[in-house]
Amino acid sequence: MSEKVEFSEEAKKKLEGLLALYGRVRREQTVLPVLNLAQEEFGFISQEVEEYVARLLELPVVKIHNAVTFYTMYHKKEVGKYHLQVCRNLPCALCGCTEIIMHLCKRLGIKVGETTPDKKFTLTTVECLGACDTGPNIRINDVYHRKLTKEGVDEILDELE
Amino acid sequence: MRSSMSWSDLMEQEEFKVLTKDINIEGYAGIDVYFYSGGYRALRKALREMTPDGIIEEVKKSNLRGLGGAGFPTGVKWTFLPKETDKAKYLAVNVDEGEPGTFKDRYLLLNSPHLFLEGIIITCFALDIHTAYIYVRGEYVKPTQFLEKAIEEAYKEGILGKNIYGKGFDLDMILYKGAGAYICGEETAMLESLEGKKGWPRLKPPFPALKGLFDCPTLVNNVETLCFIPTIINMGGEQFANMGKGTSGGTRLFSLSGHVKRPGLYELPLGIPLRTIIYEYGGGIKNDYQLKAIIPGGSSSPVLSADEVDVNMDFDSIARIGSMLGSGAVIVMDEYTCMVEALLILIRFYAHESCGQCSPCREGCGWLEKILTRIVKGEGREQDADNLLRIADNIMGNTICPLGDAAALPVKSFVTKFRHEFEYYIREKRCKIENRHPLILL
Repeated sequence: MSEKVEFSEEAKKKLEGLLALYGRVRREQTVLPVLNLAQEEFGFISQEVEEYVARLLELPVVKIHNAVTFYTMYHKKEVGKYHLQVCRNLPCALCGCTEIIMHLCKRLGIKVGETTPDKKFTLTTVECLGACDTGPNIRINDVYHRKLTKEGVDEILDELE
Repeated sequence: MRSSMSWSDLMEQEEFKVLTKDINIEGYAGIDVYFYSGGYRALRKALREMTPDGIIEEVKKSNLRGLGGAGFPTGVKWTFLPKETDKAKYLAVNVDEGEPGTFKDRYLLLNSPHLFLEGIIITCFALDIHTAYIYVRGEYVKPTQFLEKAIEEAYKEGILGKNIYGKGFDLDMILYKGAGAYICGEETAMLESLEGKKGWPRLKPPFPALKGLFDCPTLVNNVETLCFIPTIINMGGEQFANMGKGTSGGTRLFSLSGHVKRPGLYELPLGIPLRTIIYEYGGGIKNDYQLKAIIPGGSSSPVLSADEVDVNMDFDSIARIGSMLGSGAVIVMDEYTCMVEALLILIRFYAHESCGQCSPCREGCGWLEKILTRIVKGEGREQDADNLLRIADNIMGNTICPLGDAAALPVKSFVTKFRHEFEYYIREKRCKIENRHPLILL
């Protein structure tokens, strides 16, 4: 990211709301909400974004860095337009998630943890998504898709622009 | 009612349902239908006819136990919160549902968010709390949206905010989104996270009831627990206690998953035999294969073998055979499940989720994962079954929070109860089971 990191006007308005709501008792409480906003805005949290958030919140960068590296939902590098997150925990494994993961690797030509060269898809495996009655489950960006089959996954992917 | 009716009669009538009895009414997640179905009646009763002490008394009588996993008596926990204090008091609701196999809280938020809010408001009224934080795991985007809508509706109706029902009671409700960390389901880790930090569990004491969020007295309760509060107010604590079994009142949500024909969420009486859950409600084992093993209370609870399927599902009965009711998540495994690989999946999870604060857990979970991985790669060593048990023993009880124990317990139970499979895998460098399910990619 070479250009200067800065929130859009719209994000700045949201930021004000977050600071008012979560900054009442201790400013540090705003760290996660503001990082969520930053990820929405910039797609991932680079070192520049960490520094920017630290300046906004007037907190040491290390406090921001601690949070970014601790929580799995913060992306440390760019992810594709569609982030495919397949649950790999036991209930989904019992329902056949391994087949789905292998199928996705084959179809996209990437390994788990990688992004397609056109930056359309990133494939990762995640731990329990809390939808174990309908496994195998995949979360694509914010949306859950359930009871997956290989054919079902193909249909979903075919529809993604 | 238990003595005069058989389980199948009960099942047919479903009279025992309290939490989910109205959940199939169309539009139940919205405030209008919720009102129409008798919703917020308990809140009106609590505010108009009861004193805070009277409410606490009913909850104590109800024998409600915390349903986040630990099973601590809720009414007793409530009394730990100081009555007189010059500090603010908080409720922090734990919606960091992440125990593998568990999906009840997600279901409740999507289907009955107002029942949840009603439980929160009554609780806060009883304990003189004026700010409730709801900590929701970051992945639960849709449940969060449902909750946001419900909160907005409640503010509009004057059920949240200032002077609720004209009784001079104020309550604000604030949502806080997590960002992906299983450990934040542990209450003190959740509080750290709620303060904007990484979720490192705190040493106890001091307990959150005295020194919790922002160093203030804080009650931490689970979603399902709070959802039971309106029922207790409506029916009275004693009747609620009578519905339960032994030292636990009410019913319980069971999250049923794995190799059953009808996985799903079932509200059932405490003490129901595990066999009934699997074969009656779950419809039996998929493809009519043989049952091999069951995890009865979320991934952290010790595994049961098929011959233990007649255990009754209440806190005390299941503790007697060395396992736990935990989060009520029943994971069923059939005869083609490799127990070595199943354990590796669980341990890989704990190793990934260990927060890294205590060395026995941080290093121990890593070693467990390495050993299990080498066994599955066909590189297991002769002593590895014992190595697993030894490391598990060295983790148990030696960490700040229960995540270490949560990893050690499955190891001990899997290796002890299915030792022959581990030894075979190590000796023959392959799984004992022909045509086993492909569970894991290395």
